[in-house]
Amino acid sequence: MNGWDELDRFLGTDPRDVGCEKAMDLLHVYVELVTRHPEAARRRYPGIVAHLRACGPCSEDFEGLLAAVSGTAG
Amino acid sequence: MAADPGLGENQATPASGDAESAEWLRTLGGAGVEREAAVERLHAILLRVAGNEVRRRAPRLRLAGPELDDVAHQAAADALLAVIAKLGEFRGESRFTTWAYKFAVLEVSAKLGRHFWRDPGVRLEGEDWERLPDRFGFDPAERSEWHDLLATLRRAVDEELTERQRQIFVAIVLKGVPTDALAVELDTNRNAVYKAMFDARRKLRAALVARGYLDIGTSRRS
Repeated sequence: MNGWDELDRFLGTDPRDVGCEKAMDLLHVYVELVTRHPEAARRRYPGIVAHLRACGPCSEDFEGLLAAVSGTAG
Repeated sequence: MAADPGLGENQATPASGDAESAEWLRTLGGAGVEREAAVERLHAILLRVAGNEVRRRAPRLRLAGPELDDVAHQAAADALLAVIAKLGEFRGESRFTTWAYKFAVLEVSAKLGRHFWRDPGVRLEGEDWERLPDRFGFDPAERSEWHDLLATLRRAVDEELTERQRQIFVAIVLKGVPTDALAVELDTNRNAVYKAMFDARRKLRAALVARGYLDIGTSRRS
């Protein structure tokens, strides 16, 4: 990825993006669905998918909770 | 940002019927020795989750052994208080433990955000615009290709953004301040910082598109 692509990606916004508050409110529900049916999770929660793609801190929390639920951390 | 898209009619995936979750609710909502034992067991679980989460993030942190343990213990203690205080808000949309783990993970995030400012080398003042090409991975050898684009971006930051949006853009993009750390410094929350950056990104992209830069950039991509 070159600088043009990275800048374009960084400035891009998805109107479906629900923001941190709503994404975190449902994170536990989303994570459990991801562990069972990843495709269904993406279809059911496009607003959370859009947010996690753009928000580094929330994406980090998602990865952390996914690791905890999956028993892969530590 | 969307008010509620992507959530719609399927907000809940009821899982409240599982016996383990019901048992947690019963014992934590009870009294006496049984409740104390449940609280102790929950704390041990949250401490394990927080410890694992701190270690998972450790390679990207400027923290070492004892500090990491402190963060894990503080996060577990605060997560325990939050879970107990919000027990009545558990809606049974997931297993109880998944819901509780979330508090531990979020507390770790919050604690690490505060830790960022303990580094005396970190300052919010000043603007390092020279950092911009490197931030987005522009090749110095192709400076003539991107110089005008970044000059236009800088002008748009000055002219299009509100003072608050500009302050947040400069801190995150030019100074590399993490969102959670910036939220602490500005006495706000992650959602408010993200919303300001979301609006700033949208304005800046529109400004660059209006001047033909991103379209030109797309055609120049190798």
